[in-house]
Amino acid sequence: MTLKIHQDHSRFKQIVRGKIKANLRKYVQKGEMIGKRGKDAISIPIPFIDIPRFKYGHREQGGVGQGDGEVGQQLGPGAVEPGEGHQAGQGEGDHALEVDVTLDELAQILGEELQLPNIERRQNEKIVTQKIRYTGINTTGPESLRHFKRTYKQALRRQIAAGTYDPNRPIIIPTREDRRYRSYKLQNLPETNAVIIYMMDVSGSMGDEQKEIVRIESFWLDTWLRHQYKGLESRYIIHDAVAREVDRDTFFHTRESGGTMISSAYKLCRDIIAADYPKSAWNIYPFHFSDGDNWSADDTRQCIEMLRDDVLPNVNQFAYGQVESPYGSGQFIKDLREAVGDSPNVALSEIADKDAIYASIKDFLGKGR
Amino acid sequence: MPKSLTPRLAALRDEIHGYAKEFGLDFFETIFEMVSYDEMNMVAAYGGFPTRYPHWRWGMEYEQLAKGYEYGLSKIYELVINNDPCYAYLMESNPEVDQKLVMAHVYGHCDFFKNNFSFRHTNRRMIDDMANHATRVRRWIDKIGVEKVEDFIDRTLSLENLIDQHSPHIRRNPDPKRAEEEVKSNERVEGFKVGREYMRGYINPSEFLDSQRKRVEDEKQRAKKFPERPQRDVLLFLLEHAPLEPWESDILAILRDEAYYFAPQGQTKIMNEGWASYWHSTIMTRRALKDDEIIDYADHHSGTMGTRPGAINPYKLGIELWRDIEDRWNKGRFGKEWDECDDLRARRSWDKKLGAGREKIFEVRKHYNDITFIDTFLTAEFAQEQKLFVYGFNDKRNSWEIMDREFRKVKTKLLQGLTNFGQPIIEVVDGNHENRAELLLAHKHDGQDLKGDYARETLRNLQSLWRRPVNIITRYDNKGVMLRFDGTNHTEKKVEL
Repeated sequence: MTLKIHQDHSRFKQIVRGKIKANLRKYVQKGEMIGKRGKDAISIPIPFIDIPRFKYGHREQGGVGQGDGEVGQQLGPGAVEPGEGHQAGQGEGDHALEVDVTLDELAQILGEELQLPNIERRQNEKIVTQKIRYTGINTTGPESLRHFKRTYKQALRRQIAAGTYDPNRPIIIPTREDRRYRSYKLQNLPETNAVIIYMMDVSGSMGDEQKEIVRIESFWLDTWLRHQYKGLESRYIIHDAVAREVDRDTFFHTRESGGTMISSAYKLCRDIIAADYPKSAWNIYPFHFSDGDNWSADDTRQCIEMLRDDVLPNVNQFAYGQVESPYGSGQFIKDLREAVGDSPNVALSEIADKDAIYASIKDFLGKGR
Repeated sequence: MPKSLTPRLAALRDEIHGYAKEFGLDFFETIFEMVSYDEMNMVAAYGGFPTRYPHWRWGMEYEQLAKGYEYGLSKIYELVINNDPCYAYLMESNPEVDQKLVMAHVYGHCDFFKNNFSFRHTNRRMIDDMANHATRVRRWIDKIGVEKVEDFIDRTLSLENLIDQHSPHIRRNPDPKRAEEEVKSNERVEGFKVGREYMRGYINPSEFLDSQRKRVEDEKQRAKKFPERPQRDVLLFLLEHAPLEPWESDILAILRDEAYYFAPQGQTKIMNEGWASYWHSTIMTRRALKDDEIIDYADHHSGTMGTRPGAINPYKLGIELWRDIEDRWNKGRFGKEWDECDDLRARRSWDKKLGAGREKIFEVRKHYNDITFIDTFLTAEFAQEQKLFVYGFNDKRNSWEIMDREFRKVKTKLLQGLTNFGQPIIEVVDGNHENRAELLLAHKHDGQDLKGDYARETLRNLQSLWRRPVNIITRYDNKGVMLRFDGTNHTEKKVEL
């Protein structure tokens, strides 16, 4: 069935993609839709066209809110609607509900938005495990699988209908018939193991903003790969002139100073792969982020040798993201492009600012490797 | 295609209709139609109407709604159009208890549309007119071409908010005939009639005659001005005086009509949503709910009432305020005696058993809009109970934070956000600026600066309609500034205010 609005819809999409009406292109903004995962708000990018009007800046304007909190307390991310010109339909009474989104759904959304291909797993899927999936609700089952909320609802319903519910003494006693249990199915899943090895340049030239970009990007990479592989492992390497392995928290928060020797990180990465992740059993994804200022041409040469001889033959995909820093963008990505740019399992991406993150995710994951 | 109700739902509708009447709600005939979820999204994207003129921005709304629905983030429950008869849509896939809730909610809206003063001048045949508008625009598209027409709509949308919200209720300009007569009769200033010549100096002292002459002079001066008085309905001014092609005038008139039609809904959002929620809650819990539906009802009701720290939920604020008013008038908590009582214990147990609550809220729903509603009935106790606060942006920490919980500031901020929909007030001051047929607008600065880049882009769009250079006087950092766009260049100069 086609609806009249599909014409308007496809026209809008064409504008956003820059195919028609170039004059409106400058008004296209990155909007976001806020979903919630547990307590965290998650934003889903959704473009909109903000027609200019005489109006106030939202930041100067502020507003009135409702809820707990001391004066001076920060409102969480996503608490305040971003685009102020962005009013949900003028129509009367559009009820909206907020619903939780799981990480898995989030990954699906990401996949659909960026049209990411599913990843081709590398191993022949020999090892098969059985996995339990909870898919339904049953009236019988072991107590350990009792669905508390459903049982409660059922009992409440029965008591209200029977007239034994007393709002002043709201005690609910479920009977045998009220109980509800999760029921499960066994599914055969091929066992696949995957590891992401994150490497980040933390030399003096990588500022907070660059790290923020890396953080956001890693979150999405992580979410996507986790969606593709159950049981994903992560390893973190930071480097300036020397490299060391750290935990996740340190990875994102360390700031060192001094020079940059990228080879040190690649060497450590190579050693980690050799020690813990045999090619035959693992899907391996090294991601490296840097501003591209390497110490010397000689060091770059070493990097390329190491990549070519030890890293690339063993991994599904090697990805390098060059983040633009206040000192500009370095030479390293050009060197890599020249040396290994043709290899099918290398993904290179330049990330100019936060807005470029989505395009860069697509660079990294678009190959489906 | 929208379908009519199933017999089962029609019976439920009759039942709810009966309850609504019983409680004294007064509404136009209300027609319910069933739609699928994507039809619902389409109608919602069209601002509640089944057809609109072709434009990409409906597609934009649709994209948001459709995505929100598909990803399970949000879902539209109901839609209702201010029209006689009222049209309302029900989503096919909703369970019965939701349909009942929606029907009760819709009757609340319909009562409000029919009775609130803000809607008195709205077009009650809008559903037909919207379809006519669509046909007219399509016809122009066939004649002129889609690119040109769409570009014109885009540029006009940039000015869409420059209307005079209150003008349907008052006469801004004096009746031209009467004004003319007045001017004529004042042409020669003779003062009052004098019976005895020697009294002339006493009855018409020279100061009096001078002031009269000056008044006449001022009137004449004003008559030369164009417009005579600053005019807030910028769209109307353009329609009457800009050198537009016939097709441009027609489209501008359509967009202006629609902006005026939607304005009252923006002016009464809190009251209207609160009123409808009050009634769905009352009808459902007092009459319509069956025992086994209570839990699902409560789940959905609380979902609608949920709040976020960074925004006001009009459903929640509205329903709480209506209930507060009802409670206060039931217990006699108003008037001089109540205001002056500062004995906390007496206040807490204050109950004069007036029972005038219901009557009061019906009266309030007739004569108030959001601004007067909040201004009159939002009390300090209420603000505290509802945990209202002012938030703002902290540049140093680069984040939004809670700024203040003081009652006066909360109320002021809330009212500020409602005045002219929280948008700047802008008027046409001169249509012949510097005697060069330039357009001059003035921004009534109220402490907040205009967003500069947006203002410049808007001027560009305005210029394309006016054809001659356009200017706007505003203030930045407390200094008068005139922004100007002459068709090729943006300039800026200081002005004394």
